[in-house]
Amino acid sequence: MRRLLVLAGAFLLLSCGDSRDHRHAVYLLVDTSGTYAQESAKAQLIINYLLGTLQPGDSLAVARVESRSFSEKDIIARATFDTRPSQANAQKRAFRDRIDANLKSIAPSRYTDITGGMIQGAEYLNETGAGRKTLIVFSDMQEELDKVTRRNFPINLKDIRVVAVNVVKLNTDNVDPRRYLGRLEDWKKRVEAAGASEWRVINDLERLDALLARS
Amino acid sequence: MTSQHWMLVPQNPALSVLILLALAMLFLYAARTPMHTLIRSSARALVGPLRLGARSLVATANAIACRNKAVLLAYGRRETGQRIEREFERVGALVTRELQGYPALQRKLLDEITRVEEDYRKCGEVPPPPPEWVEAVAAMASVKSGNEMVQRVLDEVRRSVDAIHDKALAEYRKSCESRHRILEGFMPFWRSLDKTLGRVDRNISALQASATAVDAHMQRYEQIVAATDRAEHELTVSAFTQFAISLLVVLVAAGGAFINFKLIALPMSEMVGAGDYITGTLRTSEVAALVIILVEASMGVFLLEALRITHLFPRFANLGDHVRRRIFWVALTLLVTLAGVEAALALMRDMLIADKQALLQSLATVPQPAVTDGWVGRIPTAGQMVLGFMLPFALAFVAIPLESLIHASRTVGGVLLAGLVRASAFGLRLASNLARHASRVAIAVYDVAIVLPLLVERAVAAKSPRRMTDDIEDAEETHA
Repeated sequence: MRRLLVLAGAFLLLSCGDSRDHRHAVYLLVDTSGTYAQESAKAQLIINYLLGTLQPGDSLAVARVESRSFSEKDIIARATFDTRPSQANAQKRAFRDRIDANLKSIAPSRYTDITGGMIQGAEYLNETGAGRKTLIVFSDMQEELDKVTRRNFPINLKDIRVVAVNVVKLNTDNVDPRRYLGRLEDWKKRVEAAGASEWRVINDLERLDALLARS
Repeated sequence: MTSQHWMLVPQNPALSVLILLALAMLFLYAARTPMHTLIRSSARALVGPLRLGARSLVATANAIACRNKAVLLAYGRRETGQRIEREFERVGALVTRELQGYPALQRKLLDEITRVEEDYRKCGEVPPPPPEWVEAVAAMASVKSGNEMVQRVLDEVRRSVDAIHDKALAEYRKSCESRHRILEGFMPFWRSLDKTLGRVDRNISALQASATAVDAHMQRYEQIVAATDRAEHELTVSAFTQFAISLLVVLVAAGGAFINFKLIALPMSEMVGAGDYITGTLRTSEVAALVIILVEASMGVFLLEALRITHLFPRFANLGDHVRRRIFWVALTLLVTLAGVEAALALMRDMLIADKQALLQSLATVPQPAVTDGWVGRIPTAGQMVLGFMLPFALAFVAIPLESLIHASRTVGGVLLAGLVRASAFGLRLASNLARHASRVAIAVYDVAIVLPLLVERAVAAKSPRRMTDDIEDAEETHA
C-alpha cells in the first residue's frame, strides 16, 4: 500500500510537468544579393547577439538568400545547443567560428529569392519542434526572381514570428517613399496571410532585444 | 404625445399629479395593514436567521476558546513539567557531583582544622623563666658600695647575668622564630580552608538558585494545573512572542535558503539540463536545486531529532539509543555529503558564469581587455564555496525555530480564529439589528406617505374609543 502511494506521488509529480515546449528556434536569412552584400558585418552583429541570448536547448540556423534559396545548401551553419550550459557555450563558439569563416567569403547573388528562403526556414523551424519559432530576415525585402523561378503561391508560416531586420531604403525608395512603405505593407499582408504569429520590422540595430521578445 | 399618456387631465400636469398622488395615497392606505405585516415579516425572516447565526458563531467561538485553553494549558503543563524535570536533573547532578564527596570534604576540613589547632597550640608563646637570681642581685646591690669585694662579686654577677641574658634572649628569639615558622606554615591550610569553604558556598548558592527556580516553576505549574486565567494569559502572550521570534528566525533561514538556491540552481542545469520546465517559468534544474535544499533541511531535522533537541516526530522519542545514534550518523553523513556537493556546485557556478562571460566578450563587437584579478578575483569563488558548504549546516538548525513556530502557531491560529468567529458573530448581530430598525423606519416612512388618510382616520376614530384602542395596539406592535 505504501509503495503504491509513493508511486502515485511520483506519477502525480511527473504529470504536473509543463507539457509546452519552451525551446526557441531561430532561423536567420541573410540577404547577399547586389549592394546589400555589403551589410554582412551587421548580420554578424545580429548573429553574435543571438548566440549571446539563446539558451541551452535552443536552435539556431543561418542561411543566405540567393537567386533560388529553397535549398539546404544555403544554410551556412545550424546547431541545436546542448541542454548543458558548458556544452552549449562550446557549441556557440564553434558556431561563431564557422560563421566567421563563411560569411565573409560569400559571393553576391544576381537575384533575391526571399520567399524561397522563408519556406526553407519554416521547414527547418517546424522540424526542430520548438515551442517558439522566429524567422529573421536580414534584407531590404526587395524580392527579385528570375523568369523561371515560381514563388507566387501561398506559403505556410503558421505560428512563426517573422522579423525583418535592417530593411534599408533603396535609391528608388528615396525618390518615392511610398514604394518602401508599400513593400513593407505587402510583406506584412503576405506573412500574416501565411499564418505567422507576428510581423515586426527592426531597423535600429541598437534595439535588438526586440528580436526574440514576445509580443 | 407619448410623454403625456400618464396625465389624467390632459394639458394639466399639476392636476394630474395631484390626482395620481391622491389615488396612490388611497391605495397605500387601503394596503397599510398587509404592507406593515409584509415589512415586519420580511424583517423577522431576516433577523431570525441572523441572530441564530450570531448565537451559533458565539457558541463556536466559545468552543474554540475552550479548546484553545485546553491545548494551551496542556502544552504549558508539559513544557513547565519538562523544565522542572530539567531543574531537578540539574540539582541532582550538582548534589551527585559535589555533595556526594561531602563526607570526604568534611573529613578534610576537620583534619585541617585539627592540624591548625595543634600548630596553634605549638606556637603558643612560652614566657621566659622567672629570674630567681634577681632577688640575690637586689640583696647584693643593697650592700654599701665601696667594698672592693662586693664590687668584684657584683661585676662577676653582672658578667654572668649578661651572659645568661644573652643566652636567654637568643633562645627566646629562636623560639619566636620557630613559632613564626609554624604560623607561616598555617597559610596553605588557611588558603585550602578558604577555597574549600568557597566551593561549598558556591554549591550552596547554586542549590539555592535552583531551588528558587524550581519554586517559580512549581508555582507556575500549580497555576496551570488550576487552569487560572493568569496562567492562560501568560501562556498566550508567551506563545505570541514565541511565534514572532520563530517566524523571524524562519524568515532569516528562508533568506539563507534562497541564497543557497541561487548558488546551486545554475550548476544544477549541468546535471538535469536547462531545457526542461515544470511550469511555465520554473525549470526542472531549479526544482532539483530546491529539492536538494529541502533534503538538507530534512536531514537537519532528523539530526536534531536524533539528538533529542527537537521533538517534531514522536517516533524518534520512542527509538532506542542505539538506533537513534545510527540515524544521527546517517543524517550527518548525508548532510556532509550534500554540503560537499553544494560546495562543488558553487565552484561550478562560478566556472559557468566565467565561461559565459568569456563567450559574451568574444562575441562583443568591441573587444574588451581580459581582466586579470589574481588572488583577489578568487575571493568570490572561495566565498561561494564556503557558503555552499556552510549554509546546509546553518539550515539544519532551522528545525528548532520551526518546532517553536509549529507549536506557537496552534495557539496563535486558535486565538485568531476565535477572534474572527467572534467578529463574524458581531457582524451578524449588527446586521440583524440594522434589519430590525430598517423595518421600523420603513413602516414609519410608509405611514408618512399616507399621512392624510391617517389624519382623517384619527379624526373619525376620535368619535369611537374602541377604534382608537386598536390603533394604539397596532402602533405598539409596529414599534415592537
